Amino acid sequence: MPELVRVRADMPPGHVRTPAYLRGKCGLIERTLGPFYNPEQLAYGVKADALPLHRVRFTMAEVWGDQAEIPTDTIEAEIYAHWLEPA
Amino acid sequence: MTDMTAPFDGRRWHDMGGDIAGPIPDASHDFALWEKRVDALMIICSSKGHFTVDGLRRVLEDMPPSSFEEMSYYERWIASITQNLIEDGVFTTSELGQRITDVKQRGTTYGEAADA
Amino acid sequence: MPHDHHEHLSPSGHPFRADNDGPLTYWQAMEIAVRELLIEKGVTTAAEIMRQIDTMDARTPSNGAKVVARVWTDPEFRAAMQTDASQATREMGYDIGPMKLIAVENTDALHNVVVCTLCSCYPRNLLGLPPDWYKSRAYRSRTVREPRRVLTEFGVNLPEDVEVRVHDSTADMRYIVIPARPAGTDGWNVDALAALVTRDSMIGTGLPKAAECD
Repeated sequence: MPELVRVRADMPPGHVRTPAYLRGKCGLIERTLGPFYNPEQLAYGVKADALPLHRVRFTMAEVWGDQAEIPTDTIEAEIYAHWLEPA
Repeated sequence: MTDMTAPFDGRRWHDMGGDIAGPIPDASHDFALWEKRVDALMIICSSKGHFTVDGLRRVLEDMPPSSFEEMSYYERWIASITQNLIEDGVFTTSELGQRITDVKQRGTTYGEAADA
Repeated sequence: MPHDHHEHLSPSGHPFRADNDGPLTYWQAMEIAVRELLIEKGVTTAAEIMRQIDTMDARTPSNGAKVVARVWTDPEFRAAMQTDASQATREMGYDIGPMKLIAVENTDALHNVVVCTLCSCYPRNLLGLPPDWYKSRAYRSRTVREPRRVLTEFGVNLPEDVEVRVHDSTADMRYIVIPARPAGTDGWNVDALAALVTRDSMIGTGLPKAAECD
């Protein structure tokens, strides 16, 4: 069974790779990639931690609610592990 | 476009997924030599460890929202590459400032100024 | 005075824009200054910069079209692309540098489309530099919210029972769409098939050209 996760709803300043429209939304981990160095550290030239990168699949209904064109269409995005929490 | 009257919620201007926007523009252009050179400098400097694509993006994102409309893609890139190289200590702002002055004195077109 | 740039054509075969003869801008002056300082300090050489430009110019959508045509005709290659598209394209002879590529296949039930909402991530090391519209505010903003309206603007109208899957390529992987093979192309060779594969069909905003009976 694919793992259900929620994207953390944080709004930090600075360079992050988690699109704001996905924050707080739940999706299924489609596959796990990496590890990749954390871009939030690479961007500032500091020592970077290696993190798993998860491709998470969201439904349009989850992301846009009743604004979705077709609720069962999907969005996939790569989310670094520290942005995900159990749903 | 983002609703500029709403209180700032932390979402930054470059993070534009889901914004309301107009038709997709269909105009396209072939890249100029100076643009291709900017692209090449990015690849070369990052492959040699002077900074990362993450650093490039950080500086692009720290630019004011108006830069997206007021500067071209490679204008933003050369500004970001330059800031990253200064931060890495490759050259100083003073060296760069003097060189830009020298470059401008060579001529009034890119072709004249680039063919030193 | 050498004008080496006049000898260089863009990937689409057109000469460079006439920018060289327009008034020098501040940012162009900065590019010249930065490039000269990098050369003087031994970070790079003029030859290395020209080589890098030539390498990028050699990357065009026709490379991707050949990859797609091979996926259509070679089941083993198709499997290799699904396992590791970076490795498979390298083994086909393409210098894609450090790019990490994922191939997503369109089917009768699924249509993939690629966008980067945070910047302009694109499989440039295979397909070359992205078109201007890919980097536009409109494409980056709208594609994740209303992909079907966006696709309609590109002339792609999909029935409701075909799932649209948007790939927001904002992190480490890059995506190439493998469009569905057009009907009526049984027995075609890879060159003929590759000629049907457009750049937009590999982004997901287009479909391959239809087979024409003649």
